[in-house]
Amino acid sequence: MKQLDLKAEGLRKINSTLQNAVPDSDGKEWAVTNPMGQHAIACGLNTELSVTIEGNAGFYCAGMNQKADVTIKGHAGVGVAENMMSGMVRVTGNASQSAGATGHGGLLVIEGDASSRCGISMKGIDIVVGGSVGHMSGFMAQVGHMVICGDAGEALGDSIYEAILYVAGDVESLGADCIEKEMTEEHQKTLTELLARAGMDQDVKRFRRYGSARKLYNFNVDHAGEY
Amino acid sequence: MDENIPRVTPRQSATFDAYTMSEIRRAASTGIYDIRGGGAKRVLPHFDDLLFLGASISRYPLEGYRERCGTDVVLGSRHASKPLELKIPITIAGMSFGSLSGQAKEALGRGANAAGTSTTTGDGGMTVEERGHSKLLVYQYLPSRYGMNPDDLRKADAIEVVVGQGAKPGGGGMLMGQKINDRVASMRSLPKGIDQRSACRHPDWTGPDDLEIKILELREITNWEKPIYIKVGGSRPYYDTALAVKAGADVIVVDGMQGGTAATQNVFIEHVGQPTLACIRPAVQALQDLDMHRKVQLIVSGGIRNGADVAKAMALGADAVSIGTAALIAMGDNDPMYEDEYNKLGTTAGAYDSWHLGHDPAGITTQEPELAERLDPVVAGRRLSNYLQVMTLEAQTIARACGKNHLHNLEPEDLCALTVEAAAMAKVPLAGTSWVPGQTPL
Repeated sequence: MKQLDLKAEGLRKINSTLQNAVPDSDGKEWAVTNPMGQHAIACGLNTELSVTIEGNAGFYCAGMNQKADVTIKGHAGVGVAENMMSGMVRVTGNASQSAGATGHGGLLVIEGDASSRCGISMKGIDIVVGGSVGHMSGFMAQVGHMVICGDAGEALGDSIYEAILYVAGDVESLGADCIEKEMTEEHQKTLTELLARAGMDQDVKRFRRYGSARKLYNFNVDHAGEY
Repeated sequence: MDENIPRVTPRQSATFDAYTMSEIRRAASTGIYDIRGGGAKRVLPHFDDLLFLGASISRYPLEGYRERCGTDVVLGSRHASKPLELKIPITIAGMSFGSLSGQAKEALGRGANAAGTSTTTGDGGMTVEERGHSKLLVYQYLPSRYGMNPDDLRKADAIEVVVGQGAKPGGGGMLMGQKINDRVASMRSLPKGIDQRSACRHPDWTGPDDLEIKILELREITNWEKPIYIKVGGSRPYYDTALAVKAGADVIVVDGMQGGTAATQNVFIEHVGQPTLACIRPAVQALQDLDMHRKVQLIVSGGIRNGADVAKAMALGADAVSIGTAALIAMGDNDPMYEDEYNKLGTTAGAYDSWHLGHDPAGITTQEPELAERLDPVVAGRRLSNYLQVMTLEAQTIARACGKNHLHNLEPEDLCALTVEAAAMAKVPLAGTSWVPGQTPL
């Protein structure tokens, strides 16, 4: 495994090295030491690297990730894996707000808790949270799955489109146009696969499914109070 | 009734005028607010309220058509290693594929290329066609992040972080279901046919400190090559400009309330934000206070129509301007040749503003193939380049008359104002006086 010392090399050098690394010739396994909570670490990666951040990361770690497998051994700041396109990002600790925001693809795993607005405007990403999520998670979530093994804060899935939310614990409240839906065998199968990909040992029977009531899709004056 | 008593002429209310009453009846009938494009239609203090003084004994003019008057501008040299170099200081504002037809986007690219300027994407991502037809393309980074992906980010020539728009500072976008066809829906990761609501707030940052970090991320992903613009609506131009500089912007776009291509509620368009004229001097003042004027470039948009507007905006301190509505008109929007069809839509040429509904007879603000095919991108592109050329020539004419060998050398001292309001907003003297309201004693 190749080592990059962020304290010694600086952010630009670290990111430039990772963004330009060719896995076959430069090595696939990389570690970033002394991350010191700095922002934008390992953002914009677009090859099949495996990168470990050895400590806490600041905002937008692994932002817009494509293909790479990034593990943060610690906590992550705002917008971890924001707008991720593909690949996998894992946070072994907790994540701050807007984790996986607007993500188009790939898998984000947060082993601890995630703060508010987890999965906001998600567009195809899959998110698995081992703990709980804060308020307004899944706000305007468009496509993809969010699995919450703990509890969800208030206004879960507010103004949700076609994303699917699975929650094992308590939901403080549902947001506008978000409703509980039937958990079919197909959904249990999807959930089982998501948990397996995330490495989470959970009983799928504990989970309930939430999604859009689709009442806000076209303006209707009779639903004006929901807007 | 006594026939001998003189009849009083029936009097319409100035408060409840015909338009106001028709809007009340429309609201009562439908239960939904009016949504439209076209920007603020009310009378506002604008560039027409300013005049250039021209040369005199104390000012020496340049020879028209003979002596050089430069028009080029470099945008984004503060931090970007590859700033944009434009031949003219008139850019094309952000308008999305989805709101505009593919043909219209292509025409914008063709026209801008011919004139040596840039175009801008919109809320909905970058299409292959517009990238292909725009030599210089600014990629908008919007709250919705529809179609946002790092590959397109890297393909862009500049990145514009959209905080707000003049038509609706504080509001998100709207695209009605009629325009969400398969391709638009796919680009935006949304179901076909729904009324699309764009977020008004970015999902992963909430203030200037966060924005600074967001810009750091964008620069890290694009190798510090691309100029980063920040676009704000005309609400608090002094503070927004100062905060944008603090956040690390290379270019600041201030869009006044006449900015018109965004569809939103009529009440929002007409009652939120400040006129373009009122936004320029505060933005310039913020740059000057931070010693960043001309180092961070200022683009002004919202109601720019001709070379005089361009020259006036630049005299007040802008580095460039941006046009949206005017570009659509140049390409054929609201052309009287479609009067019969406008009438069928319940309107008339010049007043058509239901750009969000997708029934545009000119084939510009539509996704209906049979309408979109009416717009020939080559012809419309040529019309746009002609128009850009005329505006540039007009601005040069004025600049030469003021003795300036570059549009950037125009200055507030070249101007006077026709109204007290315009004098106060532009901070130039009322015509015939040395009085600048709020600045000098009466």
